[in-house]
Amino acid sequence: MPVTSPISSVNDFVVRFANVNGSGSASANEMFARSIIRHGVPVSPRNIFPSNIQGLPTWYEVRVTEEGHLGARGGVDMMVAMNPQTWDKDVASIEPGGYLFYDSTKPMPASKFREDITVIGVPLTGITNSTYTDPRQRQLFKNIIYLGALSALLDMDPKVIEQLIGEQYKTKEKLLSSNVHALHLGRDWALQNLKCPIGLRVQKADKVGDRIFVEGNSAAALGAVYGGATVCAWYPITPSSSLADAFTSHCKKLRHDPETKQAKYAIIQGEDEIASIGIVVGAGWNGARAFTATSGPGISLMTEFIGLTYFAEIPAVIMNVQRAGPSTGMPTRTQQCDVISCAYASHGDTKHPLLFPEDPHEAFEMAAQCFDLAERLQSTVFLMLDLDIGMNHRLCRPFKWDESKQYDRGKVMTAAMLDEGRDFGRYLDVDGDGIPFRTYPGTHPTKGSYFTRGTSRDRYARYSEEGAVYQDNMQRLMRKFETAKDLVPRPLQANAQKPTKYGVIYYGSTSPAMDEAIGMLEARGHNLDRLRIRAFPFHSSVASFIADHDFVYVVEQNRDAQLRSLIVNENGIDPVRLVPILHYDGTPITARFIAKSIGDHQDQLKVTPLRKVVS
Amino acid sequence: MTYIAKPKFHHPGLPKNELGYTHRDYEGKISTLCAGCGHDSITGSIIEACFKLSIEPHRVAKISGIGCSSKTPDYFLGNSHGFNTVHGRMPSVLTGANLANRELIYLGVSGDGDSASIGFGQFAHAIRRGVNMTYIVENNGVYGLTKGQFSATADRGSKSKRGVTNSDNAIDMVAIALQLGATYVARSFSGDKTQLVPIIEGAIRHQGAAFIDVISPCVAFNNHTGSTKSFDYVREHNEAVNRLDVISGRAPITIEQAPGTVQIVEQHDGTKLALRKIDADYDVHDRLAAMAFLQKHAAKGQVVTGLLYVDPEADDLHANLNTVETPLNTLEAKDLCPGSAALEKINASLR
Repeated sequence: MPVTSPISSVNDFVVRFANVNGSGSASANEMFARSIIRHGVPVSPRNIFPSNIQGLPTWYEVRVTEEGHLGARGGVDMMVAMNPQTWDKDVASIEPGGYLFYDSTKPMPASKFREDITVIGVPLTGITNSTYTDPRQRQLFKNIIYLGALSALLDMDPKVIEQLIGEQYKTKEKLLSSNVHALHLGRDWALQNLKCPIGLRVQKADKVGDRIFVEGNSAAALGAVYGGATVCAWYPITPSSSLADAFTSHCKKLRHDPETKQAKYAIIQGEDEIASIGIVVGAGWNGARAFTATSGPGISLMTEFIGLTYFAEIPAVIMNVQRAGPSTGMPTRTQQCDVISCAYASHGDTKHPLLFPEDPHEAFEMAAQCFDLAERLQSTVFLMLDLDIGMNHRLCRPFKWDESKQYDRGKVMTAAMLDEGRDFGRYLDVDGDGIPFRTYPGTHPTKGSYFTRGTSRDRYARYSEEGAVYQDNMQRLMRKFETAKDLVPRPLQANAQKPTKYGVIYYGSTSPAMDEAIGMLEARGHNLDRLRIRAFPFHSSVASFIADHDFVYVVEQNRDAQLRSLIVNENGIDPVRLVPILHYDGTPITARFIAKSIGDHQDQLKVTPLRKVVS
Repeated sequence: MTYIAKPKFHHPGLPKNELGYTHRDYEGKISTLCAGCGHDSITGSIIEACFKLSIEPHRVAKISGIGCSSKTPDYFLGNSHGFNTVHGRMPSVLTGANLANRELIYLGVSGDGDSASIGFGQFAHAIRRGVNMTYIVENNGVYGLTKGQFSATADRGSKSKRGVTNSDNAIDMVAIALQLGATYVARSFSGDKTQLVPIIEGAIRHQGAAFIDVISPCVAFNNHTGSTKSFDYVREHNEAVNRLDVISGRAPITIEQAPGTVQIVEQHDGTKLALRKIDADYDVHDRLAAMAFLQKHAAKGQVVTGLLYVDPEADDLHANLNTVETPLNTLEAKDLCPGSAALEKINASLR
């Protein structure tokens, strides 16, 4: 067997931490990621965690990428193996030539290692136990000690980490100094006893720019604050709970009257998802901007109400942080598997707008935009996040807010307009866009009141079971959906360097992996034009993009090619022209997967013409 | 569900309230319920209560679920916004509406199917949260619109019209509301308007979660011998603990009743509830005693009615959430959006 030489790479490698859930490793691991960013080197970290609070295995993966590839890469160059439960699998997952970092306090048999990797033992427990007596301290500082050792092995600047610790424990002097002490315990041990640095190194660069490092759920919650949401009702469900938590903490900082200390918002933890959407519907009906955050099972429970919002035309915003289904599925794994269930949620003929943010920057922007759209369209609008964006820190463009922007409160008839003698028909299309005027309850003593119901009614909100009246209303709702096509975020197109007959459509969290895959495919000689879909209903440019290409790949993170089905169904596209590329094992899609799947398919298309063979 | 237009003219001599409105201004469309339905009497009582309180009709939001009872908001307060929502979900929609605008009066109308079965959870949680509302359950013990199936409030041992005996235990919504902390709890009978109207008035004036269970016989499916929700049964077994008069403003209190038997309860907004006691020992401020009283009389097959519990110092969900006095639905971008300077600071904290 040829000897595999150790991987040597500067600012381009993957470190994976294997930990036990509840051991306090998360903050040390996050500090590792942040400190690399402070070296000016982009990172893309991901939590891989179980549906559990304490005891089960959890991983934290940090992709160090000076090139700025923020999708998951696949493969592990260095494993920090802190969990005996998963040792064998963890060791097996290391790339040939990679590195294994482990706690060498207790000797391990040689059979537990591999010959083609570099094994780095640090007696973490030994160092910890000789320094600390308190069991909790031992556990927490062990994490900081391995961080210190890694800083030496990867040639990181300890000052950068010290500064981060300083920022984190600004007001807690005791914790600050003890953390710095632990950091140096590990770092010094490594410098004295190991060959530092190893082949993997972090070198200062200038590739981060003004980007911010934030979780998508927190960003979406901030978007809701900026977008003017005043009512939030939610029910705890992974991976969306942290969105409601973030909304709460943002509001505590940003939404209290400075004098009275009173809250300019109301947050209710509902008894279930049905009550949560019910509260949103009641608030929306009464003129407040309201939203709920949930995940797939919550969407299932909310569907009756979602149909009501469609038919009774009530603004509502649902932020769906998607996870792997069906049923309870894999609640801590990511997917894009609720596209169909949200687009057509509820019984009867229903359709709802969906927005697909690619990262926290867009999650912020689109979350705010959802409230304008919901009030303009008098409809439920979905913000389609997923666990990969929602619960991982992602480096992204800083948040931006245009001060001149006013909220679009949609068509609301006021008391003054009613007094002017304006004709008010709650379901009357006055200007052809399919959107009627509404009044808020309590507007006028004698004009503008109406009875809202989920049953059929005429243009003036009078109950009717006449077929023609019902159809008239359903046709108007279709017109409204047409109007939505030009209001929702447009798709973004990026063309290949050379003209090509092939295109690729993708959306949401697939974005960074797709961007990286394009480069890999070009290197293999495959050029593809790209279209990133950012919303449903589809803008006309989606159909024209498909028409302009012989084949279009549709890259998704679900089994059933849900967006592809939606495109076929809504645009009447021949399914043969849309080739599904599907990744749905619950891990985030990788550039390697996309490049291989599309590349192999493209290779098959390269049939040598018969005439050439003959001649 | 109305096909006949209701005539708008009325006698010029109709009495007017403080706002100059007549009864007719509080009416809605013509009812499509069965002739003699108890629910129509409750509709009449709501109209009467709102008229007497001189409420601006458009400042009421009427919210209901699905079922016969939930259709009734169309039949009163025609100048109010109404919302016929989803089966069993009136409480959540009302909660959201109330959060959006704390200045309106919220009238939740529901039935025993809507609130004791499919919506039992939402009923419980809206009460728990202390939503400022008047929650009326028009309780007939059956599913009327689907032709007479037992509901969860049907007493064990009572008989359906088809002769089937109910073997399931009944839910007493008043007992549950008491246990969950409703701050105004009453039961009445649709056939007793003199008792019901002031109970509704008091509930509307109450600043917290007010719950009223109104036994309302279903003439089509539950008014026979063997039913415990029939007109005859309720009349025979009605155990009223008090009679109520609601006095608002500075009107002098004149009640002809033996001394010591009238109790004046002043609510938060200054309205006074004059309780003419029928049961001298009944204490309307003692939640625990009320619960025991109910259980004791239920065991004897009696239907306890009257104002059963009131906490005049009640608070509500807005107080618990410490929300601003201004209705949330009137706040604008300048009130709600922290602006780009604050966003720059947030960006800086994320680097």
